Amino acid sequence: MLVRLTYGPAFGVRNMILRLLVLAALAFAPPALAQGEDWPAVLGRARGQTVHWNAWAGDPRFNDYIAWVGAEVERRFGVKVEHVRLRDTGEAVARVVAEKAAGRTADGSVDLIWINGPNLASMQAQALLYGPFVDRLPNAAKVDWQGKPSTRIDFTLPVGGMAAPWLMAQVVFVYDSARLAEPPASMAALADWARAHPGRLTHPVARNFLGATFLKQALVELAPDPAALQRPADDAGYAAASAPLWAWYEALRPALWRQGKSFPENEAGQRQLMADGIVDLYISFNPAEGAIAVARNELPPTTRSFVLKAGTIGNTSFVAIPYDATAKEGAMVVADFLLSGPAQARAVDPDRLGMGTVLDVAALPPAHRAAFAETPHPPALLTPEALGKPLLEPHPSWMTRITEEWERRTAR
Amino acid sequence: MTAALRLGAGLWLAALAAGLAGTLLPAFGYLPALGADGFGLAAWRQLLGWPGIGHSVAVSLTSGLIGTVGAFVAVTLFCAAMQGHRWFDRAAAGLGPLLGLPHAAFGLGFALLVGPSGWLVRLVSPWATGWTAPPDLALVGDGWGLTLAAALAIKEAPYLLLMVVAALPQIRGQEHLQAARSLGYQPVRGWFLVVLPQLYPLIRLPIYAALAFAVSTTDLAIILGPSQPAALSVVVLRLAFDHDATLLLPAAAGAGLQGLVALAAITLWRLGERAVARLGIVILRRGMRGTPAGEMAGRAAGALALLVVGGGSLATIGLLALWSIAGTWRFPDALPDALSTRPWREALPVLAAPLLTAAGIGLAAAMLALAAALAMLERPWRGSRALLYLPLLLPQVTVLFGLQVVLVRSGLDGHVGTVVAVHLLFVLPYVHLSLADAHARFDRRYLDVAAGLGLSPARAFWRIKLPMLARPIAAALAVGFAVSVAQYLPTLFAGAGRVATVTTEAVALSAGGERRLTAAYGFAQGALPALGFLLALLVPRLMSWRR
Repeated sequence: MLVRLTYGPAFGVRNMILRLLVLAALAFAPPALAQGEDWPAVLGRARGQTVHWNAWAGDPRFNDYIAWVGAEVERRFGVKVEHVRLRDTGEAVARVVAEKAAGRTADGSVDLIWINGPNLASMQAQALLYGPFVDRLPNAAKVDWQGKPSTRIDFTLPVGGMAAPWLMAQVVFVYDSARLAEPPASMAALADWARAHPGRLTHPVARNFLGATFLKQALVELAPDPAALQRPADDAGYAAASAPLWAWYEALRPALWRQGKSFPENEAGQRQLMADGIVDLYISFNPAEGAIAVARNELPPTTRSFVLKAGTIGNTSFVAIPYDATAKEGAMVVADFLLSGPAQARAVDPDRLGMGTVLDVAALPPAHRAAFAETPHPPALLTPEALGKPLLEPHPSWMTRITEEWERRTAR
Repeated sequence: MTAALRLGAGLWLAALAAGLAGTLLPAFGYLPALGADGFGLAAWRQLLGWPGIGHSVAVSLTSGLIGTVGAFVAVTLFCAAMQGHRWFDRAAAGLGPLLGLPHAAFGLGFALLVGPSGWLVRLVSPWATGWTAPPDLALVGDGWGLTLAAALAIKEAPYLLLMVVAALPQIRGQEHLQAARSLGYQPVRGWFLVVLPQLYPLIRLPIYAALAFAVSTTDLAIILGPSQPAALSVVVLRLAFDHDATLLLPAAAGAGLQGLVALAAITLWRLGERAVARLGIVILRRGMRGTPAGEMAGRAAGALALLVVGGGSLATIGLLALWSIAGTWRFPDALPDALSTRPWREALPVLAAPLLTAAGIGLAAAMLALAAALAMLERPWRGSRALLYLPLLLPQVTVLFGLQVVLVRSGLDGHVGTVVAVHLLFVLPYVHLSLADAHARFDRRYLDVAAGLGLSPARAFWRIKLPMLARPIAAALAVGFAVSVAQYLPTLFAGAGRVATVTTEAVALSAGGERRLTAAYGFAQGALPALGFLLALLVPRLMSWRR
């Protein structure tokens, strides 16, 4: 038992073959890992820089983690980290857009940004990012690029080294085993369960990423041709692929909390409904959500997590550097440190973050591997085996269309 | 002095113009950073075609109007029934903590009070209701925003009462009331017929500001308003921070629509003013002096208003306090099983420095705004007042985008001074309107007497006028300070994320929505403005006592 929350293939020979395949299939690999011959120069320029890391700050555990990263990189590399606490990643994106609108090309206010999915795609599309820089990070070689494809393909779009992978996230459902003996095993079964227990299920509004994820999870399960979801949606393809989803949803909606006329604004709203015993389960993108809520007294100790039989959607959290960042070298040093054994081991620890690692732990030097070895395992947290291999995110255009259609349907 | 004033006014106007341009240009299709450089009405069409937008506008308008009417009725009933009573002074003294509480924290506390799993339901469950799980009732987030309206009424009432308390010394209410009573009018009716018509012009502008705020509130609407379709302000916020940056264009149009909704609400209110005034004249002409029974009813209604507003506010604050130290606390328990200091242990070390920063910025912004407002009031301000109040009518998010581009271009963003300057955009109108009517009502004859006694106009201003205006000035300062401390988006944008105040920290953390920690942060955030309001009530009293 080496690792928790690793989504990669089993260790051993199969892994080695796969890694050879990676080397062979450079076309699929991220930009060639140059092992950073200029890394000492980067470290030199980074010393003394202050990195303004813009990151969502709704979870004190992430805030503590970022503070720890700041202390470590200052001690090791003389780089200071200022955590710019965001309510919404869009706030930092909007600031970079404003800087571009003002014609600024340097001295930007954002040095590093915690990002993925549509926000990342949007910044990429508008050329708001610096890079590619990932191939210059020495620790990038340790990333499990092949076993965890979402580290290089985010929501079907190639990241192209413009953002460094940081953490793995995967959809889980949180429930209270005292109230719900046997959780449903599929989205179809979930709807059946909801109809038998009206008012005991809800999801965030679709404009919130988690609300959209709830619908995407059903889309992935119900679409006649799941492969179509990996391509941009056009009108005809969308109609065909989403018809089963909306039939499923319209049958489910009257059985939702408040007859599907009212929805929580975000994950926090869901958790409160759960804490008050109003709903019996809820969706989360953090595998440790249930364990965290128990540790913080928000949910009872009988809280557990489950995933669907056919798997749940997973994705990767990245850090990216805006095109006009002031402390680009410092930001790269931080991004590299995030990929180090100690930083990843701390992220995996359920007492810290409880997220998944992006590294190929089997390939780590033994000293680093030990840090991943048996960590505390609260009962609300699934084992990596139980979590299973994550399903790929659909192309962002699906999310856009589903969100729009959901708003049309629920606005009466 | 004049030159400085002109420069300040010019800069203020330039900032406002930049913000407005930043709103209006994208609303009409111009935002080159996103590749939009053609003019047209596409953004408006997109907005007006947005699902449920009509309902969103209706929710904003009705909840804002009902909430403000509720606050106004509660405050006037209370004043009519209680003026001169010892409870009036007690209630006025208790205003500080109520006013200081940030809207997001208040909304959370209110939901914890009246929601389906709230404290009121817990008090009667399960012994009276049989509910062992919270009922599936739309007690919060009802489709028409009635819970939102109730919360707005309770939250705005203390602000209106503060404005009344500041304005009362300007009119001779008690004397007129005596005259009315000697003519046979019952006291409560007499108050409405004689005192209110004199008082109302002094608090009209603050009421308009409260109304404009009520129809565009975001914090309260997210927590207590309907979710789908949501209030217009929530729709604009969702659009503005959507991952699809091109939605900034309809968001900008939404900001324009928000301004129109605020104007519509004020227009409706003015129509209501006329109807009420006419009714009053009819009552006066007919000499309807009221009956003892009506008088009893009026007093009862005044007491009820105090009970609902005061009780609702105190219960909200008390629940927040309890949640911030609660361990396990499950439905339907009326009290937590265990207590925990964890939220405070986590909050305090993080918040010490941001509290100081917020206090410094707030003091600077409030003092500057006071100086500017007094200077503008002393010299007839030729510009239109409407321009000054424009920042109160538009939702902040899109005004700020335009301003942000200017700040970035000039390299001014990211400095504390810039944050103060941008805060002024929102602080100055509030300080000005808190002061304007009391200032206008100042009896000039005191200055004439002073001049007759040989005091120069400047000395008369400093020695006579300012001390006599101490109460409204202190109230205006406290309002300005509170407005500055509460700024979230302006601080984030102007500060480029580099100026952390207690509000930026608290709002960012509340995104995680943990009740206990949000409650603790809400308290820390509310402590500063509460202190300000407390001083505003106490200092003028001490000054007059010293004289």
